[in-house]
Amino acid sequence: MEEINGNSPLGDGDIEERLWNYIDGVSSGEERSVIEKLLQTDAEWRSKYGELLEVSELLISSELESPSMRFSKNVMEEISKLHIAPATKSYINKRIIWGLAFFFIAMVVGFLIYGFGQMDWSADSEGTISKNINKIDLNKLDFSKFFSNTWVNAFMMINVVLGLFLLDNYFSAKRKEFRKRA
Amino acid sequence: MSTGLNDNEIISQVLAGDHQAYAGLVNRYQNYVFTLTLRIVKNREDAEEVAQDVFIKAYKYLADFRGASKFTTWLYTIVNNTCISFLRKKKLEIHSLDNEKVFEAADNQDSGMRANLVEQKSKLAMVTNAISMLNPDDAAIITLFYKAEQSLEEIAEVLSIEANTAKVRLYRARTRLKEKMETHFAAEVKDL
Repeated sequence: MEEINGNSPLGDGDIEERLWNYIDGVSSGEERSVIEKLLQTDAEWRSKYGELLEVSELLISSELESPSMRFSKNVMEEISKLHIAPATKSYINKRIIWGLAFFFIAMVVGFLIYGFGQMDWSADSEGTISKNINKIDLNKLDFSKFFSNTWVNAFMMINVVLGLFLLDNYFSAKRKEFRKRA
Repeated sequence: MSTGLNDNEIISQVLAGDHQAYAGLVNRYQNYVFTLTLRIVKNREDAEEVAQDVFIKAYKYLADFRGASKFTTWLYTIVNNTCISFLRKKKLEIHSLDNEKVFEAADNQDSGMRANLVEQKSKLAMVTNAISMLNPDDAAIITLFYKAEQSLEEIAEVLSIEANTAKVRLYRARTRLKEKMETHFAAEVKDL
């Protein structure tokens, strides 16, 4: 094999990158024909190509490592104690997903209805809603009763309860794992 | 025994309750999985433990394999994730591209093999040893591309990166491999 680091410092990396793409077969058709031409005419490209091709062939033909003779037996013994878990899809309850989606959509729609309900839709002398739209003052909408302390506190409370519930789940899983190991 | 069947047929058998059919997949891919884990974790005992863990996880979650990709791509994703978890547990630095400690560790672990290599004067052994000196990320991408027959798109899926990033990483890994060959196996490289 020739010296791996080529002599030309400029563009060496670029040549290699283009040649690797050519060897890997990921160059475009146009690029392939350019490289084929260069390989015929340019000695530096030819030498670099030979060098990279040899590395590539060595990598392809390098040997696989084998685990111990008992490897397969060990795996089969281990899996005999296990059950295949049901597919993730099957144990995610679709009703919960739909319920959550419904809850959020209902919240958004509820706020919109409430907001629009507070607007003054009465037509002015010219009688068009489109002209009235410009006069609507969104600052007048009053959502304060939804964000009162009671609502915020209730929301925080639900979050804390959910957090404790998840924490309990996490620790019980850890406890089970620990018992299994013991 | 399910040796004549393709991967998906074996998986169907296993999911239908024939657990012994899984041995067909283990026998078919144990060398690939073991080679990949060995090149990432750099130690035979650890690699065997991790490879075993990979097959157990793959069995446990086999119902989640929906055939959207090749079975091997799904399996190597488990290999990659299991190796990363293992290395994290062992507190090894896996992301540094020029982590000399990893190289040194690989060097030391490999010194016995290198003595053997001088006797064998084998090109293939030289490449294998040079790969073992690479950092885990580089060794993994080279092994996935050359030994595990994964395309750049499939490697991207295994490593959870973009295909273009996989291409760049493969190029850099090969460049570093060549450097390793030159630095550590200069005599053998000249003989080639």
